[in-house]
Amino acid sequence: MESTPKHKIQDRDIENIMGNLLRYGVLASLFVVLIGAAFYLLQHGSETPNYKKFLGEPKRLSEFKQVWYSAFQGRGRSIIQLGLFILIATPIARIVFSIIGYILERDYLYIIITVIVLGVILFSL
Amino acid sequence: MTILLFTISLLLISIMAGLLGSLTGLGGGVVLIPMLTLLFKVDIHYAIGTSLISVIATSSGAASAYVKEGISNIRLGMFLELATTFGAITGAFLAAFISTSFIAILFGFILVFSSIVSLLKHEDHLVTGEGSRLARVHKLKGSYPTAEGEQRNYTVKNVVGGFAMMNVAGIISGLLGIGSGALKVIAMDHIMKVPFKVSTTTSNFMIGVTAAASAGIYLRRGYIDPGLSMPVVAGVLIGAFFGTRILFTAKTKTLKILFAIVILFLAIEMIYNGIQHRM
Repeated sequence: MESTPKHKIQDRDIENIMGNLLRYGVLASLFVVLIGAAFYLLQHGSETPNYKKFLGEPKRLSEFKQVWYSAFQGRGRSIIQLGLFILIATPIARIVFSIIGYILERDYLYIIITVIVLGVILFSL
Repeated sequence: MTILLFTISLLLISIMAGLLGSLTGLGGGVVLIPMLTLLFKVDIHYAIGTSLISVIATSSGAASAYVKEGISNIRLGMFLELATTFGAITGAFLAAFISTSFIAILFGFILVFSSIVSLLKHEDHLVTGEGSRLARVHKLKGSYPTAEGEQRNYTVKNVVGGFAMMNVAGIISGLLGIGSGALKVIAMDHIMKVPFKVSTTTSNFMIGVTAAASAGIYLRRGYIDPGLSMPVVAGVLIGAFFGTRILFTAKTKTLKILFAIVILFLAIEMIYNGIQHRM
């Protein structure tokens, strides 16, 4: 017999960690977006916005690698876009974390369900 | 108007949208898209992309609070996310083949529907006992803390019906860049008979994942613009931050009626513009 009962991971613990994960993900994203905003408004604040016609975003703002490179060149819009990537990644990270939680709980049905959900999201990226 | 002024106005509107969205449980998207297209004359593609991003922000921001309170039913949410994520990528895929006028009209009808749902009297259900076989297999029962601090147990009904409705909610979400909060409420409150407090928070929790599923597709199509998303994300987060703190105390009935009237007005405007091919 074991002298100390093993701490089994509870739903409660998972909920706590998940709550923190979502909170810090959103805060990190907001932080990066605001840095980008400062650059963007300093660079382009006095120009006229033009969103009347849909042109689509250039590759610099729609492809991850290019966003990453141009963000580190100090380009405001790219930095904002990088922050938005963190935002999109937050619920995805939550899913990944759930899988780990269900593995620790040995809940096989929910391991499968969660992996499928993750698969669908990754497929679309 | 300069970009600076444009950004500040968008920020203020978004704070309001975030506040109302979280108070009514309908999400900010339902007001953002008409505001952007009608007021700021933004092309509907950009509006949809911006709204989708804001939906992820509000959902994750609000869910972080609810999850810790232990109100959301995480397994129920995850199970139903199977339906919404499949729906979301289907919707995002379809969006490329549908004319913008049709999207505007469809959006208008969803707005009308949402405002009606937000006004419906909450049927606060409490299904007890063991529940159906499907509910048992998927471990969908749960418990939530009441105002008195005790834990109340519940289970759910009609798993298949709820799942199907969630799939529709996902398609609409992917097509229009909104959280489809109203449809999720129908699925959980009215079909599955989930207690109101649980359904609101679980729906909010699911919206982020659903939106993330179509975000990749939108990003590649160039719908997501940083100049629009920046003030909107910041605004809805500020709004939702206060909204979630009011939810547990305030009586929101008057606000809901007011919100429904605003939405109805926006809906008519969207449908009219869609018919006139002005979108």
